Amino acid sequence: MEASPYLPSPEYARWRKWKSAAVTGVLVMCALAVIAPLFIIIYFLLARGYSSLDWSFFTQLPKPTGEVGGGMANAIVGTMTLLAMAAVVGVPFGVFGGIYLAEYGSDRANDWLRFAADVLNGVPSIVWGMVVYLILVVPFKTFSAYAGGVALGLIMVPLVMRTTEEVLVLVPQSYREAALALGIARWKVILVIVVRTALKGIATGVIVALARIAGETAPLLFTALGNSFWNHNLKEPISALPLQIFAYAISPYDDWHRQAWAGALVLMALILALNITVRVLSRDRQSTR
Amino acid sequence: MTNQAPISILPAPGSQLPDRLFKWAAALAAVMVVVLIVLVGWELYLGSRQALFKFGAGFLWSSEWDPVAEKYGALPFIFGTLVSSLLALVIAVPLSIATALFLTELAPMRLRQPIIMAIEMLAAVPSVIFGMWGIFVLIPWLRDHAFVWLKHTLGFLPLFQGPIYGVSMLAAGIIIAIMILPIVTSISREILRSVPDLQREAAYALGATRWEVLRIAVLSYARRGLFGAAVLGLGRALGETMAVTMVIGNRPEISASLFAPGYTLASVVANEFTEATTDLYLSSLFELGLVLLAVTILVNIAAQVMLKSMTGGVSSKVA
Repeated sequence: MEASPYLPSPEYARWRKWKSAAVTGVLVMCALAVIAPLFIIIYFLLARGYSSLDWSFFTQLPKPTGEVGGGMANAIVGTMTLLAMAAVVGVPFGVFGGIYLAEYGSDRANDWLRFAADVLNGVPSIVWGMVVYLILVVPFKTFSAYAGGVALGLIMVPLVMRTTEEVLVLVPQSYREAALALGIARWKVILVIVVRTALKGIATGVIVALARIAGETAPLLFTALGNSFWNHNLKEPISALPLQIFAYAISPYDDWHRQAWAGALVLMALILALNITVRVLSRDRQSTR
Repeated sequence: MTNQAPISILPAPGSQLPDRLFKWAAALAAVMVVVLIVLVGWELYLGSRQALFKFGAGFLWSSEWDPVAEKYGALPFIFGTLVSSLLALVIAVPLSIATALFLTELAPMRLRQPIIMAIEMLAAVPSVIFGMWGIFVLIPWLRDHAFVWLKHTLGFLPLFQGPIYGVSMLAAGIIIAIMILPIVTSISREILRSVPDLQREAAYALGATRWEVLRIAVLSYARRGLFGAAVLGLGRALGETMAVTMVIGNRPEISASLFAPGYTLASVVANEFTEATTDLYLSSLFELGLVLLAVTILVNIAAQVMLKSMTGGVSSKVA
């Protein structure tokens, strides 16, 4: 058969196919390279952290510098406390903001508000620490759990706001119309019908935001500060797992390194637990975000 | 029956007040995001006023940072921030786009969800854990193997000369790269998914191979959006604090070598803020924070604008 002058030579066709196959291989390698760090990090967390976990880690306070033993009980409780305070600050603003975007705002206003939320989301977390330092630490002349909670809470606001809006607009318009047609006041319609319908989605968004801030260290450095004892007063500094991990990881003591790994494992487990909760909550909502 | 009240579609007058209050409460919460941006900028300005007036614009290009001599210049930190972030982009963007291509175009359906989940989990790893892993695992490996090899093979470049400490600009770049992989990947994935199938089908119909389809029909169509994804990744990279602080070496020096330690805007604040002994010192740190904020906000705005022109605000879904 004579080669058509209009078709490229078979060699060229083979080269093109070969190139395509090569690129496919490269893409697979890249995908592997992207997920590899996760498994490497989890491996090291388990390998070095698990063996360091013992009962005293969960029940004892940190030992003074250089002494072996002790635990991070106060940091675990501190992280929980800070998360609760952050939720108190971040959730109302986030949810109500989301309600405004989904139920009231004009398209134009919403465009700007969403834009602002996304920009706010990009503000480095360390900057939040500096700002809250000026607002809550300087005037009261002390680092405090409150300051840490507020710093984390403010980071939550744009996150919760955007996710709340996203789930609220999924509520069918007919629900609102039906309720309004019954003469129910709009605010009741929103709270009792719309928010109620989307409650699971909103909760999901809140947990995602909590998981995101649970590991934040930078905003706590100059707000919550850290504390090697129990915090009995929220007006005083409080410890948090990330702060304790940071302090121990950069210390020169082997035993503290060991505990830093253990702390990292616990923190990672907490964050994974939050993420798994999210998956369970959103399982019946068959939308892969 | 002359004066029958008209049937009103409005709620009874009594119920309008709560309605209005509710709307205002919601509006107030929504406006918070704008208020917060202004507040953040204003507070940092207040905090840095002393340094701003004392040093003026010279602060930005003075390379001396000597708290004991009361000399403060931002240049080493701006340099460190830019170099470490750009390194991260150079490493992360190709990997992310390739992974996004793999996920949207090639991967078998049942592989996609697990991989996406793994990437989301990588995004959930806290900065401080990356930093710790960097200190105890990555840096020893880089110092003993990777850097030695790089110096041996590429040592003729000034980038790979000089003593190897382990803690370095390059180590920071690698850690930041790992940290921004998830966000750049997921946004790239959204962008690629928004490329119409018609594009691909048309190219296949012309007899293009898979790679040619990706190159001609998909990548060129999505170019702008992918650029936006990279810029958003840059925004994240600039502000990374903890992990960078733990691996970059924290020395305010400007060196051509990537093996040399550096310092970034975020990490100097994290390290020295609570140790700032004088008002001017603290004020200078605030000014560094202000510079960081200004740069990240500009970069983020640029990214949002680029992404917006591609799709309807993709970033929110993955941010």
